[in-house]
Amino acid sequence: MANLTPPVNEHDQQTGSSNAPVTLVEYGDYQCPHCAQAHPLVKQLLEEKGDQVRFVYRNFPLSQSHAMAKPAAQAAEAAGQQGKFWEMHDMIFENQKQLDQDSLNKFAESLDLDVGKFSKDKESEEVASKVEEDFESGIRSGVNGTPSFFINGERLETYDGSYESLSTAVEAQK
Amino acid sequence: MLLEKGTAAPAFELHSAPDQTLKLSDLKGKRVVLVFYPNDWSPVCGDQIALYNEMLSFFQKYDAEIIGISVDSKWSHKAYRENGNIQFPLLADFEPKGKVSKLYGAYNEEQGRSQRALFVLDEKGTIQWSYLSPIGENPGADGILKALEDLDKQANEQE
Repeated sequence: MANLTPPVNEHDQQTGSSNAPVTLVEYGDYQCPHCAQAHPLVKQLLEEKGDQVRFVYRNFPLSQSHAMAKPAAQAAEAAGQQGKFWEMHDMIFENQKQLDQDSLNKFAESLDLDVGKFSKDKESEEVASKVEEDFESGIRSGVNGTPSFFINGERLETYDGSYESLSTAVEAQK
Repeated sequence: MLLEKGTAAPAFELHSAPDQTLKLSDLKGKRVVLVFYPNDWSPVCGDQIALYNEMLSFFQKYDAEIIGISVDSKWSHKAYRENGNIQFPLLADFEPKGKVSKLYGAYNEEQGRSQRALFVLDEKGTIQWSYLSPIGENPGADGILKALEDLDKQANEQE
């Protein structure tokens, strides 16, 4: 069975409790409908079990199928440089059907980001390589589609699109 | 039986487009990733082929060409490639049906289609890694990358 490679580290976007007993990692694509469907489930999990769960999001954009997947990933990482990765992450998933370059800039405005800096960071080498490194780590970890979840480093095979399949997996780790 | 490490990869020539064929020997001197998969259009294969389609730069880095093979016709492959913007060749193991898949031990007689099997060939056309995946399971690409990395390591040791 494939394990998370590399393990969660300081380059990862993470939220929830940093010393939580359970680390849940998602490989996602901002334009993938199944990922948008998983998004509120993860939010609910963090609300209900935030003290027990640390959540990490890694980018796995399937660019040939989803033209906006990579620009959206870069937008979220660029927002992260102004401390608002998760706000942008939520906004993109919640408005997935309206994704284009304009909407990404509008999201940045509505999050009160420095839009000039945001636009520059979005196209920067640093942000592009973060997204590529996430993708490569996904391949090495055996990701074969999105969303793919890992729980404490091991691939979660039992996620079936339901909240219960996530929460049960978290409970089993405690 | 799936052909295993150390076996010389059987030669083949199959249609890669309606007016074009591809011979394994055309790729001599390059590493080759052979992906046998059951069918165009079925959802799991779609994911698998789409995944490899995103990874072409990785395969290039290891000087490897990737090729898909199924029993679908050259016209099905053409439509499927156009539909999914697939950038690597898909070969039609169509007539006689499954002939090449059978040579590699990657044919399911009962269902009349290729198994979901992966092979990594070295520059000399010798199989260096093979893997048979359960039919409903997308095997991902971690095994392929690891096999290519091992080839790089061996090459470095010989230098």
